[in-house]
Amino acid sequence: MAKITIKNLNKFYDNGFHAVKDVSFEALDKEFMVLVGPSGCGKTTVLRLIAGLEEISSGEIWIGDKLVNNVHPKDRNIAMVFQNYALYPHMTVYDNMAFALKLRKEDKATIQKKVAHAAELLGIESMMKRRPAQLSGGQRQRVALGRAIVRNPQVFLFDEPLSNLDAKLRVQMRSEIVKLHRHLENTMIYVTHDQVEAMTMADRIVVMKDGVIHQIDTPLDIYNNPANMFVAGFIGSPAINLLDGRLEARDSQLCFVTEGVSIALTKTQEETLKSYKDKAIVFGIRPEDIYDARFDSMADAPQQIMALCDIVEPLGNEYHLQLKAGKDDLTARFDPKELPRAGEQLAISVDMAKAHFFDPETQLSLV
Amino acid sequence: MKEKIRLGIIYALLAIFGLFMIVPFVWMVSTSLMTQSEFNKQEAVFIPKEEYHVWNTDGGQRRILVVQTEADSSVIHVLNKDLKIEQEYIKVPTKQIEKIVKKPSLHWDNYKKAFNKVPFAIYFKNTLFVSFASLIGVMITSFLAAYAFARMEFKGKQLIFLMFLSMMMVPAPIYLISSYMLLDKFNWLDTYQALIVPWCVNIFTIFMFRQHFRSLPKELFDAAMIDGASTFGILWRIVLPLSKPIIATASVFTLISSWNSFMWPLVMTNRPELRVLQVGLSYFNQEASTQTTLLMAASTFSILPILILFFLAQKQIIASTAKTGMKD
Repeated sequence: MAKITIKNLNKFYDNGFHAVKDVSFEALDKEFMVLVGPSGCGKTTVLRLIAGLEEISSGEIWIGDKLVNNVHPKDRNIAMVFQNYALYPHMTVYDNMAFALKLRKEDKATIQKKVAHAAELLGIESMMKRRPAQLSGGQRQRVALGRAIVRNPQVFLFDEPLSNLDAKLRVQMRSEIVKLHRHLENTMIYVTHDQVEAMTMADRIVVMKDGVIHQIDTPLDIYNNPANMFVAGFIGSPAINLLDGRLEARDSQLCFVTEGVSIALTKTQEETLKSYKDKAIVFGIRPEDIYDARFDSMADAPQQIMALCDIVEPLGNEYHLQLKAGKDDLTARFDPKELPRAGEQLAISVDMAKAHFFDPETQLSLV
Repeated sequence: MKEKIRLGIIYALLAIFGLFMIVPFVWMVSTSLMTQSEFNKQEAVFIPKEEYHVWNTDGGQRRILVVQTEADSSVIHVLNKDLKIEQEYIKVPTKQIEKIVKKPSLHWDNYKKAFNKVPFAIYFKNTLFVSFASLIGVMITSFLAAYAFARMEFKGKQLIFLMFLSMMMVPAPIYLISSYMLLDKFNWLDTYQALIVPWCVNIFTIFMFRQHFRSLPKELFDAAMIDGASTFGILWRIVLPLSKPIIATASVFTLISSWNSFMWPLVMTNRPELRVLQVGLSYFNQEASTQTTLLMAASTFSILPILILFFLAQKQIIASTAKTGMKD
């Protein structure tokens, strides 16, 4: 019905800034696609280009089977939800939601029916006569959603819709939007800088940085198989540990070596990384793949790393540890049963099967 | 305590300055209510009063004029009801004479006299017409221009806007002559157009509106555009309703300045039937130069409408002047 195809999209601003660089991707019909990246990565620009709020410099945007490059925003059959809600302050909730339908000159009874339906879906029936200023942030965001829903667009565009809400409400609205998507079955493109939102909501994630797409994949694939160091570092919290070191042969085994760390590769890794022997390489390990050697030894003693426990951050259900192994900093995520104290020496082991290796030059993933 | 003293000092200073500001105004109003003879006494009074003498006789009180007073007897004229002299030079005992001071004694008829002395009705009508016609013009042009400057992208936008602003720095007398020549070419001298059309654009209002429009979130415009509103629709349905306070303020400013405009109408028009209030007032000044009380009465009713307007819009003006320049 309404898949979105973006082909070689480019956006230059008047001052010469190249905000979007040759971006291509496809959001399938009914797919919930999340564009994620640090601020200034061009994700919002891509969204505004899809909406038609900004002119594209080159490339093609297809909505369904229609090339919309030169189509006015109102004729693209889209609805957009903005970060600051963008409700019309002088109109009631009802009028806000009915505005687009009134402009389309639909008859009053139809408008009423559509608005009532959307209001019921979002649980805001009781506020139809209020003005936006009389609503809380969460209620305003619902009204903004309602305004999008009543138009029954082919495509929903979300521009960081939850970032103005407090943390608790954000979690709640997150699941509501997912439910809404399941109910409405529209294609949705959702922009956020919050990797947790991306992971929890998306069918597929597009990771962007500096106007370039770094990876497009399902959340778990992105988490488990990051395409490069940026994606590895951006997705996941606490962030992946990235250590600069070398691959050296020790005792007929290929090892990753830094000043404080020396650790043998698995057989498959050895096979793939043969060519990096005696060369610089970046080793990546997620905090949850580091274990306290006393309880969960993944390896024999020689494979263990001695580290100084620098800071302990208790979260209740888990502990985050800042460790120092030689000159290298490591973050580890431990279960609450393991209680090292700050200042203690600690033997840790890592699950090498989960380790990642990156080329320090190209930053691309090697394993 | 310290805070109280500080506030006390501030309020005292403000009160003193406020007093300085208001004294001439009070003086104008009080003079407008005096008789000319009372004004001529040059006493510093703010509440007009009337002083006269009466002669208490057995048959009642008679209004008199005192000619000469001595310790035990005085010479007086006795006045009739219309204050005309009835009996001249009568000698009466001084103790029967009493000085009466009536306070306040307000001569509202000064206003009627002043209003009828020259055709103020026509001046008022002209001023109202010119002020409101140019107000409508200013609102339309400012709204459109400010929208373009605030929300549209076009080549040379900044430059044009700067040129607009720099025009604000040119003192009016500098372009008075060239304007006169231009209006002459149009054959507009001595017409209402001359008074209205050149004042249908006001750079300060454009600036004020632009600042306000820029303070409206950009997403509001985006949302309206996606909702299907045209550019004009956005202006009409979104921007206009959100601009009511700034429109009120700008209207007051525009009305005040066109109500008070003097030099322009004086130079550009000649016919008496085109005279606006300020020009009429200056003619009145020449004609009634000796009648200070009438002058003050005319001045008072000339500024009254603008004063009322200012009081009505006071809150808006203070709020928006406090905001101008802070945004953006």
